[in-house]
Amino acid sequence: MRYLPLSPADRVEMLGAIGVSSIDDLFVDVPPAARREGVVDLPLHAGELEVEREMSAMAGRNRTAGSGPFFCGAGAYRHHVPATVDHIIQRSEFLTSYTPYQPEIAQGTLQVLFEFQTQVAALTGMEVANASMYDGSTACAEAVMMAQRVTRRARAVMSGGVHPHYVETTRTLAHVAGVDLVILPAAVDGEAAVIEAIDADTACVVVQTPNVFGTATDVTKIAEAAQAAGALLVVVTTEVVSLGLLKSPGEMGADVVVAEGQSIGNGLNFGGPYVGLFACKEKFVRQMPGRLCGETVDADGRRGFVLTLSTREQHIRRDKATSNICTNSGLCALAFSIHMTLLGEVGLRKLAALNHQRARELHKALSKIKGVEILTPRFFNEFAIRLPKKAAEIVETLAGNGVIAGVPYSRLDHDAGLDDVLIVAATEMTLPEDIAIFAHSLDRVIHA
Amino acid sequence: MSMHNIGRPTRPEAATDIKPATLTGGRGLLQDEALLFERDGWDKTGVDLPDCPPADDLGDLVRGDPIGLPGLSEPEAVRHYVRLSQKNHAIDLALYPLGSCTMKHNPRLNEKMARLPGFADIHPLQPQSTVQGALELMDRLAHWLKTLTGMPAVALSPKAGAHGELCGLLAIRAAHEARGDARKTVLVPTSAHGTNPATAAFVGYQVVEIAQTDDGRVDLADLEAKLGPDVAAIMVTNPNTCGLFERDVIEIARLAHAAGTYFYCDGANFNAIVGRVRPGDLGVDAMHINLHKTFSTPHGGGGPGAGPVVLSEALAPFAPAPWLTHTEEGGFHLLEHEVAEAAQSFGRMCAFHGQMGMYVRAYAYMRSHGADGLRQVAEDAVLNANYIKARLSDVMSPAFPNGPCMHEALFDDAWLEGTGITTLDFAKAMIDEGFHPMTMYFPLVVHGAMLIEPTETESKQELDRFIEALRMLAQAATTGDSERFKGAPFHAPMRRLDETLAARKPRLRWRPVAAEPLAAE
Amino acid sequence: MRFTKDHEWVEVDGDIATIGITAYAAEQLGDVVFVEVPEIGKTVKQGDGLAVVESVKAASDVYAPISGEVVEANTALGDAPETVNAIPETGGWFAKLKISDPSQVEALMDRHAYEQYLGTL
Repeated sequence: MRYLPLSPADRVEMLGAIGVSSIDDLFVDVPPAARREGVVDLPLHAGELEVEREMSAMAGRNRTAGSGPFFCGAGAYRHHVPATVDHIIQRSEFLTSYTPYQPEIAQGTLQVLFEFQTQVAALTGMEVANASMYDGSTACAEAVMMAQRVTRRARAVMSGGVHPHYVETTRTLAHVAGVDLVILPAAVDGEAAVIEAIDADTACVVVQTPNVFGTATDVTKIAEAAQAAGALLVVVTTEVVSLGLLKSPGEMGADVVVAEGQSIGNGLNFGGPYVGLFACKEKFVRQMPGRLCGETVDADGRRGFVLTLSTREQHIRRDKATSNICTNSGLCALAFSIHMTLLGEVGLRKLAALNHQRARELHKALSKIKGVEILTPRFFNEFAIRLPKKAAEIVETLAGNGVIAGVPYSRLDHDAGLDDVLIVAATEMTLPEDIAIFAHSLDRVIHA
Repeated sequence: MSMHNIGRPTRPEAATDIKPATLTGGRGLLQDEALLFERDGWDKTGVDLPDCPPADDLGDLVRGDPIGLPGLSEPEAVRHYVRLSQKNHAIDLALYPLGSCTMKHNPRLNEKMARLPGFADIHPLQPQSTVQGALELMDRLAHWLKTLTGMPAVALSPKAGAHGELCGLLAIRAAHEARGDARKTVLVPTSAHGTNPATAAFVGYQVVEIAQTDDGRVDLADLEAKLGPDVAAIMVTNPNTCGLFERDVIEIARLAHAAGTYFYCDGANFNAIVGRVRPGDLGVDAMHINLHKTFSTPHGGGGPGAGPVVLSEALAPFAPAPWLTHTEEGGFHLLEHEVAEAAQSFGRMCAFHGQMGMYVRAYAYMRSHGADGLRQVAEDAVLNANYIKARLSDVMSPAFPNGPCMHEALFDDAWLEGTGITTLDFAKAMIDEGFHPMTMYFPLVVHGAMLIEPTETESKQELDRFIEALRMLAQAATTGDSERFKGAPFHAPMRRLDETLAARKPRLRWRPVAAEPLAAE
Repeated sequence: MRFTKDHEWVEVDGDIATIGITAYAAEQLGDVVFVEVPEIGKTVKQGDGLAVVESVKAASDVYAPISGEVVEANTALGDAPETVNAIPETGGWFAKLKISDPSQVEALMDRHAYEQYLGTL
């Protein structure tokens, strides 16, 4: 078997060195009732050719985003990743290295993390960022937990524009952490509604911009209201490319910013692995979850980097840790960092402008269709439309015609009574002909 | 004759002892590389994008101030990252003996399969009719995980081992709540990995420790004494963090169940028993499986991981959304809300469906090994660890010398007593010999612990090389050669780093105006 | 000065007790990188958690050697945690308590008894 280097002769020699006669002697501590003779009921080993054939067949039964007009967003976005990124992340030293617990032989990883942290802080307009979380949704939940620790209050308010999956993920943790989670009803342009819900027991308010309906909001007043009441403002972003065009949450007064970094460096991958960004004000640094990379010097006085402030983490604090998180999303963070380096500010601003431009073209084309109502007042690259029929049905019909039309809101939340709402996204990969085909097909389906 | 002597002589001159320092500080192939932010040309970019008219419809929302992100052309970017990569050790270079991490070879077929556009270029929220192949892949992975563990159900969505532990405990908590039986404690052995008590506390439980016997196992008497109607779960790692199989595991399960307590098994060490023992046969109620350990998905410098959780009949109804179901027409459907079969689900662990990229890689691995190959994996992993233990026991002190270990061998620092050399010093000297250190100071129950896990993808040649290096180091340590250890590493890209300074004066990002530099001039 | 078996010291001045960790403890902990001092006004019973001392690789609880109310905390340690290593039994103090039960102080070890106790460890 190609991944097992030991030969039968090796095994015999090694058993001899150990002083036993068979491998079963090494499994002597397994109770007889639990020992399994023979192999489990699964196929036997297979060569690369056979595995490729089987898996390619399965892959072939999926319609790729690139195979036609494609307008899905709602928390995951189709962007072009430069060829260099995938080559570099596959270098042995990045792909097959471990968490940098031995900093002397992990300066590659550590310097990348330090640069990543700096990039994320700059992008979000915040003072400090960690070395990544699993994804945006778990980062959001962790932010609420952190606000609870920092303020010692037990209530959190989430706006009606936060992605329902993020709300659900937060609710799962809130339930066991004793956080009273107030979730406002779904609203296309209602981030500011959280202000009325702030009280003396509020640890934080959570808003999203651009929100799940694509609406971009100036959250400055929300920050002021929250902080006046001693609460934190947590701002969620699911499309980080928007930060190349829109004011950063940090500029607008956020205490914590959590984001999904997938748009930069990481493909769609059917939902994972992604990369969670977590940034906040410096004064909260000892309450932050996740790994942190810091600067220091070595015995020769040369600058180097190490994981630091580890006493927040599970391997030291155990039951008093700020989170149970151990693994982060290292390789995805590397991919993010490489792509961000290739873009630079110049490239990011252009990319963002292009995304917005495409979305405006999509907006223009869809506005012309009778029966389509545009709901989102101000958007970056995504917006919501109301259709005269159930959005999920229209999407299914259009899929049959080769158009992936976007995400029905009902797919995210089937209780909100917004079954006629469709969320559509455009990126730099959207072609004018895609928009034309989409508009034309949608028009036909609506008026069929 | 014509005398051509270009490029002569062609063998080195007689060796000289002089080794002049380089003029620029360069070190041959190993290149130094400054931070991205310390270079000139912040307005460079390595991506060609068309110009666009500025957005005139967003008013004040437009970002005016500079963001602070430098860019590089493609050649510069490649140099930057390749130079950084040179400073990393990796499993592709040498044996990585990290206990409980299972640093096995990362097959490249995994990477190829994960990059098939049919898996990589699909959106989680496309109509399900357009991604039946992806759902089928998930279904097959689920089948393999359930069959290998002998468990009836699996929650695929947790994004890492610790996330899986969270999932398991949330299911357990939901199960108790459904019975109207809100219990408050979780029992955890003293040798447990930190994520176990951290997760239990996170879920709102009080953590009570279970003692360990002298032969490194859970103390049954202590467990029995501490079990009771207020204990929601026990969290036991098997094989445990000392690298030993819990002989009494079936009794542990029986005792727990008799008390109405659920048995959570930390599956980090599944590599020792995969294909030979099924946790379902041991009475386990929930177990997370680290796909980045047992099933070879790459460690990537710290993730991403994946931690699907297999569940017993009792816990299955509470599994998190989404649920993968079969349709009558022989297709697949993801149930994304808590309805129908999933009505009792405790909710979502994360957005979307989980770590698809890692499912593809793990499936390629499993399918390649097959049932016979996976059984061989466990056997070779255990063989390799015992071989190392046998060949080092005369120079180092095994923590549990009597009887075999499983896939990892645990040593303590008794053999270093009187030398003035610590486990840490020894580990740093290993770096100079070309090896990543083993896991140090874990588990906490053994003094100066050194936990060595070679995995099955090491050849006998590499094992012998490793053993030889450790034997020579052990010899040096016990014969007064302390300079070698105290100042180590000397030959790595960096010397030992000042972690105190990093923690006292945290500098977590580059800043445009330097405060007093941490580095000496 | 009085001492506990957990290596805290108590120095009494009137009805105020200053509390810190001993030189032995500071040495055992290694480089102190951070101290979590208690909030002013917090009431503690003897044996409750009073502060947390962090080194790079560990976080150690400091317990209240006597009951009382926190009236002052050494916030200067925030910028200079190394003080605990340098002068643990003077400038490296953690908190001052208003003593609620003076007899608790009497019951603690004096320096001679503490040093004898250290000899047994």
